[in-house]
Amino acid sequence: MPEPDAAHAHQFESFEQQRDADTTGMWTFLATEVLFFGGLIVCYTFGRFSFPAAFEAASHHLYVGYGGPNTAILLCSSFTMALAVRSAQLGRRKALVGFLIATVLFGIGFLVVKGFEYHTDYVERLVPKWHFHWDGPDAGHAELFFWLYFVLTGLHAVHVTIGVVLLSVVACLGWKGKITAENHMTAEISGLYWHFVDIVWVFLFPLLYLIGHR
Amino acid sequence: MNFQLFPPQAATTAQESDWLFWSLTATSFLICVLIFVPLGWFAIKYRRGRKVNRDLRDFPSWKLEVVWTTIPLILMMGLFAWSAEVFFRMESPPPGAIEINVVGKQWMWKLQHAEGAREINELHIPRGEAVKLTMTSQDVIHDFFIPAFRMKQDVVPGRYTSEWFIPTKTGRYHIFCAQYCGTSHAAMIGWVYVMEPQDYQRWLSQGSPEPMAAQGEALFHSLGCSGCHGVSSKIHAPPLEGIYGHLVPLETKEFVVADDQYIRDCILQTKPALVAGYQKLMPSFKGHISEGEIMELIAYVKSIANTTPPEGFTK
Amino acid sequence: MSHEPENYLTEHSVRSWLLTTDHKRIGILYLLSIVVYFAIAAAAAAMMRLQLLQPNNDLVLPETYNKLFTLHGVLMVWFFLIPSIPAVLGNFVIPMMIGARDVAFPKLNLLSWYLFNIGGSCALYAVICGGVDTGWTFYTPYSTTYANGHVVTMIMGVFIAGFASILTGLNFIITIHKMRAPGMTWFRLPLFIWSLYSTSIILVLATPVLAITLLAIAVERLWGVGIFDPNLGGDPVLFQHMFWFYSHPAVYIMILPGMGVVSELITCFSRKRIFGYHFVAFSSLAIAIVGFLVWGHHMFVSSQSVYAGMVFSILSFIVAVPSAIKVFNWTATLYKGSISYDTPMLYAFGFIGLFTIGGLTGLFLAAIAVDVHLHDTYFVVAHFHYIMVGGMVLSFMGGLHYWWPKISGRLYPEMMGRVAAAVTFIGFNLTFFPQFLLGYLGQPRRYHAYPPEFQVFHVLSTAGASILGVGYLMPLIYFLWSLKWGKRASDNPWQATGLEWQTTSPPLRENFEEIPIVTKEPYDYRPEDDPEHEPQAQPQHA
Repeated sequence: MPEPDAAHAHQFESFEQQRDADTTGMWTFLATEVLFFGGLIVCYTFGRFSFPAAFEAASHHLYVGYGGPNTAILLCSSFTMALAVRSAQLGRRKALVGFLIATVLFGIGFLVVKGFEYHTDYVERLVPKWHFHWDGPDAGHAELFFWLYFVLTGLHAVHVTIGVVLLSVVACLGWKGKITAENHMTAEISGLYWHFVDIVWVFLFPLLYLIGHR
Repeated sequence: MNFQLFPPQAATTAQESDWLFWSLTATSFLICVLIFVPLGWFAIKYRRGRKVNRDLRDFPSWKLEVVWTTIPLILMMGLFAWSAEVFFRMESPPPGAIEINVVGKQWMWKLQHAEGAREINELHIPRGEAVKLTMTSQDVIHDFFIPAFRMKQDVVPGRYTSEWFIPTKTGRYHIFCAQYCGTSHAAMIGWVYVMEPQDYQRWLSQGSPEPMAAQGEALFHSLGCSGCHGVSSKIHAPPLEGIYGHLVPLETKEFVVADDQYIRDCILQTKPALVAGYQKLMPSFKGHISEGEIMELIAYVKSIANTTPPEGFTK
Repeated sequence: MSHEPENYLTEHSVRSWLLTTDHKRIGILYLLSIVVYFAIAAAAAAMMRLQLLQPNNDLVLPETYNKLFTLHGVLMVWFFLIPSIPAVLGNFVIPMMIGARDVAFPKLNLLSWYLFNIGGSCALYAVICGGVDTGWTFYTPYSTTYANGHVVTMIMGVFIAGFASILTGLNFIITIHKMRAPGMTWFRLPLFIWSLYSTSIILVLATPVLAITLLAIAVERLWGVGIFDPNLGGDPVLFQHMFWFYSHPAVYIMILPGMGVVSELITCFSRKRIFGYHFVAFSSLAIAIVGFLVWGHHMFVSSQSVYAGMVFSILSFIVAVPSAIKVFNWTATLYKGSISYDTPMLYAFGFIGLFTIGGLTGLFLAAIAVDVHLHDTYFVVAHFHYIMVGGMVLSFMGGLHYWWPKISGRLYPEMMGRVAAAVTFIGFNLTFFPQFLLGYLGQPRRYHAYPPEFQVFHVLSTAGASILGVGYLMPLIYFLWSLKWGKRASDNPWQATGLEWQTTSPPLRENFEEIPIVTKEPYDYRPEDDPEHEPQAQPQHA
C-alpha cells in the first residue's frame, strides 16, 4: 500500500476525486438544509394564509431598521466571501485571510444586531410565553407569528454562528499556508455554506419583515 | 367461542365497499397466480443439476417489459376510477338526511339528535333513511368507525367533519374509536341500534326532549347573544336571520359561506373574520361554552335560515 | 487468529473498534446496535401478543400496552428498519461493490454511528423513565398537550438519530457518484447500488422535514405555542401532512434496499443475468420520486379535501407499478436459470411471496373507498408488516447470510439456515395473515382489549409470533457459533460476479490490494455451464 500523500485522504485515488467528492457533499448537505428550512416555511405559509390580518399586524412590530441593515451586512459578507474564494484560487494568502476575517466580522456584526433586536423584542414583550403582551385583536395568532419568527431566525442565527466558527478555522488554516491555489477546496465549500446561509436570510427577511407593506 | 369470518353488512355504503373489496381480492388472487405459478414452475424445472435446455437467445424481453408495465398501469387506473366514484358518493350526503351531532372526548361519545334526544356511546337510527353525523372533538383526534357500515371519519378538534349512511338492516353493531386517543382508547366503543322507522319514532319521543334548535334558542338568550344580535337590539351587531348557508361579506372584501364551521369560529373567535360594516365588539366564548352547546346554537341559527335575509347579505 | 493473513478484523483492541473509520467495521458496529434495539422492540411485541390472547386480558395495564406499542414502533422503525440494510449491509458492501477503498467521508460515517446510538440511548432513557404512549406517529394534539410521559426525550432521540440517517445517505450518494472504480459506469453498477442510491436520496431529502416537524412538536409541548394547536386556530392535520411527508418515503427507505438485496440473490442463485436491468434500476428511482408524492394516502379519513384524497389515491396506485415491474423481472430472471436452494435464495423466494402479498394489499388501501373501512384497522397493520417484516427483514436476513462469509470469513451451517428460513416464513404468515381478516372484520389497531368474536384470529396470531421468534433466534445462535466453529470461507463461496467477491474473506483493511478495473456488466453468470461465471472486474496490472 503506497503511503497516502498529504494532498488527499487515503480513501481517494486522487486529489481531484477528493475535491469533487467534497464539493458534491456540500451541495447534497445544502439540499438537506433547504428541506429543513422548507418545513418551517410550510408552517409559516399555513399561518400566513389562515390568519393574514394577525400576521400582518405582528409583522409591523418587527423593525425593518434592524432587519434591513442586517440584510445589507449579510450581502456584503457574501461579497467578501466570494472575494476570499477568488483569492484562494489565485493563491493569494494574505488577501484570503483578510477577506475571510472581513466575512467573519460581518457575520459577528449580524449576530450583534440580531442580539439587539431580540433584546428590543423582549423589552416590547413580543417573546411568546415570556411575558408576552399584545394589545391588538387576535393575540393568539400574533403569538404564533412570533413563535415562527423566533424559531426561524433563531435557527438561522445558529447557522450563522456555525459559519463564523467555520470561517475562523479556515482563516487560521489560510494563515498557516494550508490553503493554496492547488488545494483551496476548504475555502470553496465553506463559501458554499456561507452563501447558503445568506440566501436563507434573503428569503426570511421579506417573509417576516415586509409582509403587508404596500 | 363465537367466531365470524365476515363483518355484518348493514348499510348501502357497506354493499358498495364490499363489491370493491371482493373485486380487489379477486384481482389480487389472479395476480398472485400469475406470479407464483411461473415462479414455482421455473424454480422446479430449472433447479440446479437438472438437464434442461438453458439456452436463451432471441428472447423478446422488450415486448415483455412493455406488456407488464402497461397492463398493470391500465388495471390501476380502472381500480382508481371505480374506487374514486364510490368514494365521491360516500362524501356527498343527500339533502334532507337525519342530522345527528357527535362530540368525541377522552374516552366517550356524546351524541345528540336534532330532535333533542341525547345519547352516550349509543346511536339509535331508523332503517332505510339517510343519516348524517356532524362531528367534532373536545380534546384529541378521535375517529367514529362503524365496521358494519364500512364507514369511518376522523373527529378533529377545532373543526367539523361528517359522515353519512343509509342503514339497511336492523340490529346492533359496533362503534369503535379508530384513531388512537390515549389510555382508554380501546374503551371508547359503543353500539349502533338500527331500528324500524316506527320504533325509531317511538324511541325519539321518549322523555319528549326539546329539539336542539329550541335548546339553542334558549342558550341564545341565556348567554346574552340576543342582547346584540337580537332583532330589537340597540347595539349594532349583524343579525343572524337567514344567514345560514349564505355568503357573508367580510371587512377584507372577501366572502365566506356562513356554515357550521364559520359560526363556530365566530363564537369562539378562533379565526376572527369581521363582517363588513360592523365593529369588533364580539367577545370570545372560549371556555364558557361546550362543544355540545355550540352545536345547539348552530342548530338555532340554522332554524332561522329561512327567515328573510337582511339587506347587504347576498344569496 | 495470528496465522490468518492480515485483514480488517486483525486488530483487536476496543479502541481500534470505537475509533475506526473503516466502513466494514462501522457496518458491524451498526449490526451490533440494531440487534440490541431489535431485541428490545421484539420483546415489546411479544408482550403485546400475549396481552391479546384474551379479549379482556389483564396481563398489562392499558397504559402499559400503549407504551409497549409506542416502544415497538419507534425502535423498529427508526432504530432497526431504517438502518438495517443501508447502515449494516450497505456500509459493509457498497465501497467493495463499486471498487473503492472506503466511503467518501469515513469520519462522518463513524459520527453517524455515534449519533445513532446517542439517539437510541435517548429513546431508551425515555422508556426507562416511564415511557411514552403516543404511538410512533406522535399525532397532535395528543402528543403535544394530552400525553403523559417523556415525549420530548423520545422525540429528541429520534431527532438525533435522524442526523445519523442524513449522514449515511449523504455518504452513500457521494460515494456512489465519485468513488467508482475505473470502468464502473452507471449501468455496470450492481442493482443493490441503484436501490441504495435511491434510498439515500430519500434519506437526505425527507429526514430534515421530520427533524423540523419533531422540533415543532417539542417546542409546542414545552412552551405551549405552536402551529398544530387547534385551540389557537392551528391545525393538527398540518402535522400529519408534515409527518407523512417524511414517513411515507421512509417506507421506501425500508423496502428499496431489500429489493436491491433480492436482485443480487436471485441472479447469483439462479446463475442468470438479471432480466431487464434498466427497468429494475429505474423502477427504484421511480419509486423514490413518486414515493414523495403519495403521503396523503395515510390521511384519507383525516378530513383532508375530497380532491386531495383523489390525487393521493391515483398516485398511490401509480407507485404500485414500478414495484410490480420488479417482481415480474425477478420471476423472469429465473427462467432458464440454474437454481439452487441455498439459504439466501430461500429468503429471496420468501421475500417475493410476502412482498407481493404486501404490495397487493396496498392496493386495497390505495382504493380510497375501501380504505375508509380498512384505515387504522389490523388490515393496515398486517399490510405494513408484510412489507416491513416480509420484505425488509427477510431480505436483510437473506443478505446477511449471503455476505456472512465475506463479513466473518466463516460459513454458517447451511442446513440450520434453511430450517430457520422456513420457520421464519411459516411463523410470519401465521402471525400476520389472520390480521388481514381481523382488519376486515373491523378490529381497530392499538386496542389492548377487543370484542370476544375476534379472539380466534388473535390466538392464531400470537401462536405465529412465537414461531416467528424461534425463526429469529436460530440465526442469532448459529451466526455466533460459526464465528468460532464455522468452516473457513473461501474468497468467493457462491461463485458470484461482484467486486466484493474478488477480494479476500474477510477483506483487507482497504478492501483491495489494488483497485481493480471493471470490464463488464454485472451478473455475467452462465446457467448452461454452472458454476462458470465472469467476474465483473480484472486486476489493473493484468
